[in-house]
Amino acid sequence: MNPKNLALFAVVFAMLVLVGLLQSWTVALTILNLCLISAIMSLGVNVQWGYAGLFNFGAMGFVALGGVAAVIVSMPPVGEAWAAGGVRVTAALLVGAGTIVGSIYTWKSLQPGRKRWMILIGMAGTGFFLFRFLFDPAVAAIENVNPAATGYLGGLGLPILLAWPVGGLLAAGAAWVVGKTALGLRSDYLAIATFGISEIIIVVIKNEDWLTRGVKNVIGLPRPVAYEVDLQKTDAFLTWAPRLGMDPVELSSIFVKLSYAILFTLVLVVIVWLSQKALASPWGRMMRAIRDNETAAGAMGKNVTARHLQVFILGSAICGVAGAMLTTLDGQLTPGSYQPLRFTFLIWVMVIVGGSGNNWGSILGGFVIWFLWVEVEPVGRWLMDTVTADLPEGSALRLHLVNAAAHMRLVVMGVILLLVLRFFPRGLIPGK
Amino acid sequence: MEDLLNAVIVLCNFVMIPAIAYGSQLALGALGVTLVYGVLRFSNFAHGDTMAFGTMITILVTRWLQSVGLTLGSLPTALIGLPIGIAATAVLLLGTDRVVYRFYRLRKSDPIIFTISSVGVMFVLNGLVRLVIGPEHQRFSDGARFVIRAREFKEITGFSEGFSINVPQSITVILTLIAVASLFWFMKQTRTGKSMRALADNEDLATLCGINAERVVAITWIIAAALTTTAGVLYGLDKGFKPFTYFQLLLPIFAAAIVGGLGNPLGAIAGGFIISFSEISITYAFKKFLGYVLPQSLQPEHLVQLLSTDYKLAVSFAILVLVLLFKPTGIFRGRAP
Repeated sequence: MNPKNLALFAVVFAMLVLVGLLQSWTVALTILNLCLISAIMSLGVNVQWGYAGLFNFGAMGFVALGGVAAVIVSMPPVGEAWAAGGVRVTAALLVGAGTIVGSIYTWKSLQPGRKRWMILIGMAGTGFFLFRFLFDPAVAAIENVNPAATGYLGGLGLPILLAWPVGGLLAAGAAWVVGKTALGLRSDYLAIATFGISEIIIVVIKNEDWLTRGVKNVIGLPRPVAYEVDLQKTDAFLTWAPRLGMDPVELSSIFVKLSYAILFTLVLVVIVWLSQKALASPWGRMMRAIRDNETAAGAMGKNVTARHLQVFILGSAICGVAGAMLTTLDGQLTPGSYQPLRFTFLIWVMVIVGGSGNNWGSILGGFVIWFLWVEVEPVGRWLMDTVTADLPEGSALRLHLVNAAAHMRLVVMGVILLLVLRFFPRGLIPGK
Repeated sequence: MEDLLNAVIVLCNFVMIPAIAYGSQLALGALGVTLVYGVLRFSNFAHGDTMAFGTMITILVTRWLQSVGLTLGSLPTALIGLPIGIAATAVLLLGTDRVVYRFYRLRKSDPIIFTISSVGVMFVLNGLVRLVIGPEHQRFSDGARFVIRAREFKEITGFSEGFSINVPQSITVILTLIAVASLFWFMKQTRTGKSMRALADNEDLATLCGINAERVVAITWIIAAALTTTAGVLYGLDKGFKPFTYFQLLLPIFAAAIVGGLGNPLGAIAGGFIISFSEISITYAFKKFLGYVLPQSLQPEHLVQLLSTDYKLAVSFAILVLVLLFKPTGIFRGRAP
């Protein structure tokens, strides 16, 4: 870290402090928490793009899988739903997985020709109908169990902190499947394929109510930190609040947000430390060699395909961890909120603006872009208010412009991306 | 016999007609993607939002026309607005080319840089459309709604099943035929069209032969603007306009272009119909159809639906992934990935 980079980070933190002083400390800490999560997501994409040149437009899918992990790990199991259809759903899923594995095996082991197609279609068809035969009644039964409150299998009832590594593992598993199928593709084709796969993941999460309650959302996830209401009841808190000159309610909310910030910082530090170590190791040099010239690296005996798969899994796992953290922070899983602009393309803006190939750059990008994403809105509203100040109160144009200020952030993000790409193509902190 | 005819009518009404209309809209969109890919060699992620922009301009013009009382009678007024929407989109695309893409083209940057900058353009357009017209759902189709009504059809023919074709669907088919025919005539017969194909085939050779690449690029953007805006307006007339839906149309459009082979116009059209027919027939409940075809004893109890309608988007992508895995160059040979 040279002085220039330290100064850049100092500016970002100064901005956060400014928000704390001008708006409120709760707002500043809310932004900080999401900055930390964004930094982890952009580290994940950077591992794929910056280290290895993989063009993954599917970050959203892996982030969402992290969120699903949070639900599966932490929510209490719904015993009634398990009794109603748990075994049958498990059987159906096994049949489904077996069909896919069997089809792939058949495809690989038989000679090309019409016979192979016939067997494959027969096998996949039988598997599909058997799957639906087992699956549909079980799902109906599970979703009928108290649909307003549960209607899903629930989770394992374990501490939610466990969900963070589990989210990483779940995303890694999905990335293995995706990588196995899609990594043969290059540049644009890989981008479109991963983009599509991430959309499929979201559609599944939105519609498989038995697993995630779908668009009914899972709310009230357990927390790894204290609850505000409990804090406000403790004596220590009530004595400290006046001494700090704060309302107990405000102090409790700040306390909770700070606890999250500490947890997130710990995770970020661990991931950065590992990424830096990896980047500086022989493995990191090999990755850069592959990124810069695949043919040459292949000729030197490096297994390019295997390394690509490996780095794709690593990057996606980091996104999964960040996704689980995000859902933990929100305390709820809302599948409808996963939108590619926010969870795939915004992360890309962070990576490009920060400087691809450089871990510190990705972190800085995560902080800067998330800060702007949040703060452009109030600034835009103020701007619109100023611009339209001369218009009569209640004029349609004025109302429209002020209401539309929220969409300014999209325009600003696009302009920032284009400007950085054109004038600082290597980003704020260039990689080696 | 009558049961069989009724079955055919059911299938036409609920699968064929919607799939043909939707397929035409996708085909027009995919043609735009494929042309830009062929000549400029990158996948334009801003395509969906360009579509939204063109449609938005058309809607604004349509609203203004309606307010001064100028309509087309039983045809939608948006048809008068369409040329203006196309012109505005052409100006926009030429502008983005001048401001964004030309710089990288002159430096012969990697296609990935183009794609990433198209993401930047996507953000800007997405925000711009929401700023101007708002994120809500809008209907702008006026005039007559149906060419054939289900009830009238039943009365005239005496069948127990109804059959209807609405105005947007028939306009879609007619306009698509006109657009595709003139595009192919342009590509095959005119000098400019030929130089466009030459540039797509081999850039260096074409420039050496004296083809003005910048001019061809400009014409490509203008044609793309016409195709995209038409696709967007037709989709909007059929199902209504919403910025987010248009952004999401990017997915089936890419799927159509890739399934047909990126860079291949004929493939883009075929791809559009493959995607639309699969989306609609896989998510259609065949219960009624089978009810007519099968004997009494075999009547299905379930909806006989392969996947629920929520999975429409997933279907187009499953097809895309399968094609990419087994035949990456697409069904009609496009450029190798």
